[in-house]
Amino acid sequence: MKHTISILVENHFGSFDRVATMFSGKGFNIRSISIGETEIEDISRMTIVTQGDAQLIDQVVKQLNRLIDTIKVVDLSHAPRVERELALIKVNISKGSMEEIKNLCDIFRGNIVDITNRSMTIEVTGPPDKVDAAVNVLAPFGIKEMARSGIVALQRGEQTKIKKKQNIT
Amino acid sequence: MKKENKLLSGADIFFECLKHEKVEYIFGYPGGSVLKLYEHLYDVDFLKHILVRHEQGAVHAAEGYAKASGKVGVVLVTSGPGATNTVTGIADAYMDSVPIVVFTGQVPSHLIGNDAFQEADIVGITRPITKHNFLVRDVKDLALTIRKAFFIASTGRPGPVVVDLPKDVIASNCEFEYPEDVDLRGYKPNYKGHSNQIKKAAEIISKAKKPLLYVGGGVIMSGGANELALFARENKLPVTMTLQGLGAFPGTDELSLGMLGMHGTYWANQAVNNCDVLVSLGARFDDRVTGKTDTFATGAYKIHVDIDPTCIDKNVVVDLPIVGDVKHILAEIASEMPRTPDTDDWLSQINEWRDECPLHYEDNDGRLRTEFVIEKISEKTKGNAVVITDVGQHQMWTAQYFKYNYPRSNITSGGLGTMGFSVPASIGASFAVKDRPIISISGDGGFQMNIQELITASYYKVPVKFFIINNNFLGMVRQWQELFHAEKYSFTDLSLSNPDFVKVGEAFNIESFSTDNPKDVDGLLEKAFSINDRPVLVEFKVVKEDMVFPMVPSGGSISDMIVKRLNPKRMI
Ligand SMILES: Cc1ncc(C[n+]2csc(CCOP(=O)(O)OP(=O)(O)O)c2C)c(N)n1
Repeated sequence: MKHTISILVENHFGSFDRVATMFSGKGFNIRSISIGETEIEDISRMTIVTQGDAQLIDQVVKQLNRLIDTIKVVDLSHAPRVERELALIKVNISKGSMEEIKNLCDIFRGNIVDITNRSMTIEVTGPPDKVDAAVNVLAPFGIKEMARSGIVALQRGEQTKIKKKQNIT
Repeated sequence: MKKENKLLSGADIFFECLKHEKVEYIFGYPGGSVLKLYEHLYDVDFLKHILVRHEQGAVHAAEGYAKASGKVGVVLVTSGPGATNTVTGIADAYMDSVPIVVFTGQVPSHLIGNDAFQEADIVGITRPITKHNFLVRDVKDLALTIRKAFFIASTGRPGPVVVDLPKDVIASNCEFEYPEDVDLRGYKPNYKGHSNQIKKAAEIISKAKKPLLYVGGGVIMSGGANELALFARENKLPVTMTLQGLGAFPGTDELSLGMLGMHGTYWANQAVNNCDVLVSLGARFDDRVTGKTDTFATGAYKIHVDIDPTCIDKNVVVDLPIVGDVKHILAEIASEMPRTPDTDDWLSQINEWRDECPLHYEDNDGRLRTEFVIEKISEKTKGNAVVITDVGQHQMWTAQYFKYNYPRSNITSGGLGTMGFSVPASIGASFAVKDRPIISISGDGGFQMNIQELITASYYKVPVKFFIINNNFLGMVRQWQELFHAEKYSFTDLSLSNPDFVKVGEAFNIESFSTDNPKDVDGLLEKAFSINDRPVLVEFKVVKEDMVFPMVPSGGSISDMIVKRLNPKRMI
């Protein structure tokens, strides 16, 4: 099963690398990873999508907690949450296909952010399955290039303040 | 917080911090990037710098010191090759949870990333093998970083910490203020176990018919050996130990089953297989202990006490986890016990297993054997010594035949299995322990892996007894070749390529002896134990074809245990 894990880390030298190194060193896989600023200046949020059974995910969370630079680790998979991803999709266009692509783009509430004679770049934002669907319907036109941001996620509702970690070594 | 307002250099701050941390010894080797520190070291008198001959030796020495004393071992090396030479030792300390702080020199900040002379990204290289590591980028951060490094290394589940010190940081000045407190928001070790879980554990143990304590190095590190002895004796609970756990409970106590696992005793492994409650204390269900996990203690209710939550449910899923300091938790479980369990039948069952398949070796052909030598050393010292083994057959035989009676008397490379560990680690241990003999036991292979440290031993006149078990083979590998690799003794025969160990010892200015006769052993040990103001070396030339039994083949079940040579005639 896929799990979305949200990690607050110290925003300093080497801390993202430490998280990534732990994943590769332990043989855990990373489906996507995104890193960005938070409301607190020296804390960043990493959102990692990984996959595995319950025992493995339990290990992933514990191993993340064990890192000195991680401040809070939450497996959001069972929590009510908002997940978003952004994709930039560059598709081939021809006279015949323009209209159709524009229509599809509207259905997904995408934006056309760049256009040339031969290609068009569409920006799609939304839950990851919506982005997947957009990619799927655009694929037959020929995707020249694509960039996906990876998932960012937050728990719904009131969020508790950053608590100190417990039970770590 | 006391304020000392004058400007200090990074190098001054470095030594001020070490003074506050009560560092007594640094194991180190100088070089370009740390020259400024060595310049100051020249006049430092509150600690002693031990000059090793290879940086790997410095790290193992610091490990030996840390394991023997329970304090943090400290290493100082230069950048680039000095730093990369420490990597094996750091990995070793990580696997065995040894508290050390390794200070590495680094090229000046403005050259980092430029492929400068003697630059290596040691923080990147050691990231997966340290508990944590730091690159100090500003002299203002130096004191707090050193404080954090010692704090992280020595608390929770201990481990190695690397602090990388660019040359310019050491040379710049700032005001010094010793940071009394450290507060790491991402690091709060949890020592106190959950009280309901503790009550439940006591309840379950007290009702057990066939309980077993499975004890690892964590009991020794937490200082919980007394609590363990009280708990086990009061409740008549049999105790088996991992390689790192040996010494946590007296090997001569009748409740001790010795070591379990791959080369564990038959009765310890039978007890694991048949117990109804298995209480793991500061151990991590390592594959050398469990063999095939599907068949490990399948019938038992498993209680797991450990300070590191990642150890829980990692290899074996347990029924009752308790996260915290094993010393305190043991004492609490003991005080919560509603009644003592009735274990008489269980203990007599274990004794039947003991008689069924005792440890055994050939002793009537007049040839010298490792087991005999170890038994003699054990008798001679009554277990009251610090024994530092290397890696291989002699290590397993020592684990089987040496009766460790005290915590911190057994120092060995367990997790990483680093050949070349014993010689430098014993030197480190000798600085920590002055009132007991320090005994280094190595194979002929491993002895040569850090052989350069013999001169460190002889220069500092450390009273280490270097015992070489020379079977003229990379014995443990030979054993696997015989058992599992079609008896192809590929590149393990050293009989034509070993040096003359007595001459080696003498070249390093160490009085050295050799024998292949069992009758000489008492006399030579007498001699070796009479020399206490300098090192001494004894080579025991033992038979080459012996194997360590019993043995549970890698990944096998306890029922796959081999108890003696399958085919005694097919020997080299
Ligand atoms: C640095 C290192 N290299 C290789 C090995 C693999 N290895 C494990 S045991 C062993 C043989 C050790 O031989 P020796 O030191 O003579 O001890 P013995 O087994 O004969 O007692 C080897 C090569 C290792 N553990 N460490």
